[in-house]
Amino acid sequence: MSTTPQLEQAEPGEDLGSPGPRSSTSYGRGDRLFSGTALASGLTILVTLAAVFVFLLLKGFPGFSADPDVYGPSASNFWGYVGRLLFGTTLAAIIALVVAVPFSFALALFTSHYAPRRLAAPIAYVIDLLAAVPSVVFGLWGARTLAVTSQPVQRWLDAHLGFLPFFHGPVSATGRTILVAGIVLAIMCIPIITAISREVFKQTPRLHEEAALALGATRWEMVRYAVFPHSRSGMVAAVMLGLGRALGETMAVAMVMSSTPIVTLNLISSTNPATIASNIAANYKAEDNRIQTVLLATGLVLFLFTFLVNFAARYIAGRGERAQR
Amino acid sequence: MAKSIDVSDVNIYYGDFKAVEGVNMTIRARAVTAFIGPSGCGKSTFLRTLNRMHEVIPGARVEGKIAVSGQDLYDSAVDPVEVRRMVGMVFQRPNPFPTMSIYDNVLAGNRLNSRKLKRPDADDIVERSLRGANLWNEVKDRLNKPGMGLSGGQQQRLCIARAIAVEPQILLMDEPCSALDPISTAAIEDLIHDLKDRYTIVIVTHNMQQAARVSDDTGFFNLKAAGQPGHLVEFNPTKKMFTNPDNESTEAYISGRFG
Repeated sequence: MSTTPQLEQAEPGEDLGSPGPRSSTSYGRGDRLFSGTALASGLTILVTLAAVFVFLLLKGFPGFSADPDVYGPSASNFWGYVGRLLFGTTLAAIIALVVAVPFSFALALFTSHYAPRRLAAPIAYVIDLLAAVPSVVFGLWGARTLAVTSQPVQRWLDAHLGFLPFFHGPVSATGRTILVAGIVLAIMCIPIITAISREVFKQTPRLHEEAALALGATRWEMVRYAVFPHSRSGMVAAVMLGLGRALGETMAVAMVMSSTPIVTLNLISSTNPATIASNIAANYKAEDNRIQTVLLATGLVLFLFTFLVNFAARYIAGRGERAQR
Repeated sequence: MAKSIDVSDVNIYYGDFKAVEGVNMTIRARAVTAFIGPSGCGKSTFLRTLNRMHEVIPGARVEGKIAVSGQDLYDSAVDPVEVRRMVGMVFQRPNPFPTMSIYDNVLAGNRLNSRKLKRPDADDIVERSLRGANLWNEVKDRLNKPGMGLSGGQQQRLCIARAIAVEPQILLMDEPCSALDPISTAAIEDLIHDLKDRYTIVIVTHNMQQAARVSDDTGFFNLKAAGQPGHLVEFNPTKKMFTNPDNESTEAYISGRFG
């Protein structure tokens, strides 16, 4: 700012070292504009997040000490209630990620490093389209189709792997279980995880890929030596975004299974643990205001839980990189 | 261990574009062969056909015969992965694996294919390779530090150590000094001189003094015209190339009259 008046004082014919200072001021304006907008966008995100947090805190706080008969007989205090819901949320998200993560990474790697370009482009396109399908549609499909067609599979799991607590049975007559809900969630996570990890895989420096290949690496060895180390933090970010969707999904889960706030590892029975988000979706129309407050309080817990999981994952992903420095 | 390479009637393509045509030469074992020529004449492309790295680029292919001790590298029964284990390569820009320590970088090639190494054997290979690359004294106290922490010249010698750790028969170097300062360049040139007792070395360079200093034979590549494929103009002992070349355009290029 202070240099501008000096420039204006100069006579027109005077040699200023000509375009140098002038162009630098115009760069300066562009730079200031850009850094201003970038800062504003960043702050908007923070303010929005803070606003959501404050809203949940103010509206939900009374819910922490709500009377137990508001949220039914399943728990005798709020923390017991929300703990059960949190268990259901985590269980559904774990099922979703266990199914989605290997599948997504394999798919991303296939489209970035294995498939011929003619095949890779359409596959990538179709996967991206999958992300545009509304969750209600996935919910309907899960409840009406997958639940029914997967019944034989669920019975098989009960018969042959029934010794594991996950498949202890008795098998749900409708097939609408948390296992099916988890699979539906997985299908909803796959496009996000795949799209992000594909882009990260693609950005592996050619130099490192060739370093591995020139040593006599097979394609898979090249992926292990060059692609995965380069992509590690991006892969974690991809999983985190997928996890965000799995934790926060309401409709698909609420439509697939009827649930109660219970703690059980049994994935195929008719009594299913509820998730926080689907529990909110199922009950928010209740006329009792106190229930709304309790639901908001559970929402606050979900919000903080998601935050914690994200921080933990970032920390784990960053640890390896920090160790190198 | 070192082997000679016979190249006959090699044409190299990127998709439909013919990049290099009609190359014939014999690269001697236990000698340094340099390729010189203007940018875009196909010398690096040709170098990459010697370990089948050219075909890594989509659409790229090679016609003709490249035989190492009589075995055609492009025979359909030959696995390119095996070729690359036998023919090591050093790139223009140093490319140690960024997440690996110096120690692990040297052993990267040995560990491929899940070959298990006992600790004393691994230590031996690391020390021998780093000594071979004239890097041992500089890094022996920090073998577990990341390879990316070294200077550019040290990184390039680390890459050479990595290449010779698997004891290849042939070592290809694609402008190995072009990203380095003169002191690191001198270190690498000394190293090339030491290595030629044991390896067949082929080096691409933009620096004609370097070709004159390090090589025994020199090949000059050129373009007939822009957009035309590159070809081998002349292949002769380096002494002859730089004093009394057969071809006029070689003399013009070497004496700096074009290119």
